[in-house]
Amino acid sequence: MDLIIVGLLLGGTYALMALGLQLQYGVARIMNLANGEVLVAGAFGAFWFYTGAKLSPFVTVLVVAPAAFVVNWAIYRYLLQPLVRRAKSRGHLEVDSILATFGLAFVFVGIMLAVFGGEYFSYSYLETAFVLLGERYALNRIAAFAASILLCGALAFWLNSTRAGLTLRAVAVNPASAGLVGINVPRVSAQAFAIGGAVTAAGGAMLSMFLTFDASIGVIFTLKALIIVILGGVGDIRGTIVAAFILGLAETAVATLLDPGLTLAAAYLLFIAILLFRPQGLFGRRPS
Amino acid sequence: MTERERRILPICLAAFIAAALLPLADDGYWLALGISVVMYTTLATSWALFSGPTHYISLATAAFFGVGMYTVGAWVGLLPFPVLVLIAGLLGAALAAVVGLATLRLSGVYFVIFTLGLAELARQVVSWVQTTMGTSSGLYVLTDITEPIIYWSLLALAAVIYLIGWRIGRSRLGFALRIIGNDEVVAVHCGIGTARAKVILFVVSGCLAAVIGAIMAPRFAYVTPTQAFSPMLSFQVVIMALLGGAHRLWGPLLGVIPFTIVLDLIAANFPNQTALLLGGAFLLIVYFIPNGVAGLIENGLRRGRSRA
Amino acid sequence: MTGGAPALAVRDVTKAFSGLVAVDAMTFDLAENEVMGLIGPNGSGKTTMINLISGAFGPNSGSIQLYGDDIAGASATAIARKGIARTFQIVRILPSLTVLENVAAGGVFGHRRRWGRELEEEARHLLDKVGLEVSGGAPVSALTYIDQKRVELARALIGDPRVLLLDEWLAGLNPTELKTGIALIEALRGEGRTILIVEHVMHAIRSLCDRCVVMNSGAKIAEGTPAEVLADKEVIRAYLGDDDA
Repeated sequence: MDLIIVGLLLGGTYALMALGLQLQYGVARIMNLANGEVLVAGAFGAFWFYTGAKLSPFVTVLVVAPAAFVVNWAIYRYLLQPLVRRAKSRGHLEVDSILATFGLAFVFVGIMLAVFGGEYFSYSYLETAFVLLGERYALNRIAAFAASILLCGALAFWLNSTRAGLTLRAVAVNPASAGLVGINVPRVSAQAFAIGGAVTAAGGAMLSMFLTFDASIGVIFTLKALIIVILGGVGDIRGTIVAAFILGLAETAVATLLDPGLTLAAAYLLFIAILLFRPQGLFGRRPS
Repeated sequence: MTERERRILPICLAAFIAAALLPLADDGYWLALGISVVMYTTLATSWALFSGPTHYISLATAAFFGVGMYTVGAWVGLLPFPVLVLIAGLLGAALAAVVGLATLRLSGVYFVIFTLGLAELARQVVSWVQTTMGTSSGLYVLTDITEPIIYWSLLALAAVIYLIGWRIGRSRLGFALRIIGNDEVVAVHCGIGTARAKVILFVVSGCLAAVIGAIMAPRFAYVTPTQAFSPMLSFQVVIMALLGGAHRLWGPLLGVIPFTIVLDLIAANFPNQTALLLGGAFLLIVYFIPNGVAGLIENGLRRGRSRA
Repeated sequence: MTGGAPALAVRDVTKAFSGLVAVDAMTFDLAENEVMGLIGPNGSGKTTMINLISGAFGPNSGSIQLYGDDIAGASATAIARKGIARTFQIVRILPSLTVLENVAAGGVFGHRRRWGRELEEEARHLLDKVGLEVSGGAPVSALTYIDQKRVELARALIGDPRVLLLDEWLAGLNPTELKTGIALIEALRGEGRTILIVEHVMHAIRSLCDRCVVMNSGAKIAEGTPAEVLADKEVIRAYLGDDDA
């Protein structure tokens, strides 16, 4: 029981991080290998404001997310759009964007190392116990979970029920046809990429409340987010959220029952299973 | 052999012999640098055997390299060293086969993601096995294999890799991979078993990386999972191969030499800034030299010829 | 060959994409040495039918037999090896390979396999045959559109296919090129090749095809000689709409 609740709490925060990547990959069609670094930057932002000015991470999010929005928009506009324009095929763009975002990931790591150094960071915020179903949980995990789910819900509502969200979904389904009905695809893609970055950074601020992190840990989160997105199906918001919970549960189970050092093995097991049995994702249709 | 190859062969042999003389001239800094250069050359060239023609970016070199190194660490003293190298190669090939069979039937994205975390996964699993079996966190590799022997072994392996690459380039398999790299849809309609061709070459590439790891193991008296499965190694290899030009057999060498030297300088003087260097190199490749130094040279030659 | 079995026998083949039925219970035969046209308005499912035969994807139901051998649902690789070659609606060349290598690509792994000098000679022979007058070592991206189409045709022919599928091979050619193109297919017909042509250029259909199958909304609406089907009321309605019928 304890295991399931801890797993679900972790999964909720993962969902936020993976939704960010989902927007970037599903709409803007960029497999962003620097996604984890954006998350870590969000975590550093929360850490910095908390230790420097005693600002709660929930307030910091209001600064971190817009900042990430601007940075990611600029990255898409000035670094990735030229690649989209010059690409001769989808495969060509894939290779280019993988290499470019991977390079960016290292640049981010380098910058964070220069600013914060190579140590591990954590801070104590809301470390009081919270009793749930007779067990005690750290309040920061519960708060991070609640805030993440709230943000996920808001995002899902925005995507499904507003005109702007509909535009985004149209581009996700088919950029060529979206262009034909008068949607400015490059602009919408840039927006989606920027929103994705903001969401991921917000996820980072939430995770920082209970996780220890360092400047070069981003790649692990990139990997987890990628596995969640593939598990849930590219372009499938509901699938992403379900997959995030599955990964949260699997990791918690492995960490509790086997060894905390094996969490990546849990992610890989899920990944292999999905590759062998449902490469189109949990709810995806088999592509013809 | 073509006319051109017959002309180039003596030059290659001369360069090879000259390289083999290095340990006689110096056994300090230059030999150490020489080992780095030859190690990265073998790694980057065997990486490019697969990733060059197919454009599938493998980020897993360190996983294979680490498997090789750990094979030696685990059984050194129990089995003769050459046998260990052989076992390392087989294990590397087996790991590559598993990864290849799971991902190479599908789009390239799955492959990249899978290889991205493979070294880290291997590190976690090996660490876990070591701690649960109650041994220490690393393994002693005590042999009488000296640095010059390592250097010569790697150099000989480099020659073998170039021969393999040359042979594949002239084979049906090599032709199949070039077609796949151009257009996979055309490839299947030409009757090419694309998944099989890709897996075979990935296995060759993974096997070689494991052999290189095994040869390098005696250089470290004590190997730990963190050191053997360092993901940085994978990324450096990708940069070197692409910087030099992965579409030519001799391309990676052109990236290895400058990058090894620059990396060495940066690591010695600004150890925290190697990440920035790596990032900058990736961006440089994507935005300014997509075909690497080899591509620049080829363009230069072509322009020179058309002007003449 | 296999005692009278048609080169290609398509039976009740159906293919739906997430609910949309693209090919609906198609049935037709292609006899050996026959040149048959597969025609119909845009979006009627012709290219999907070609893709089902060449194995780009498998049908939901029905059977496709190549000389009595069921190939429905087999991989494109397996089907290519059994002897079905194709060209693509939008020409697909291999940009980083030379012209000669582009042609050779079809003759190494498929139905009829060659290698080395023999392959090179055959590739040159075919380049000559499709009327390409550039050196085989030239980069393929420098070719004009019709020359790229010629390369693609040569690539399909070099494996000596038992059935050749041409998906709008004549589309996008100017009137002079069109004449050359028709003459080229005419020559293939003269050799006794078995060809299925998807085409919009009607006078090409009239002059090249022994028979035609007409598709509309995924289903067969007519079959017969070009003259017969083009006079058919339902065919006219499919192309022009109800008012003009």
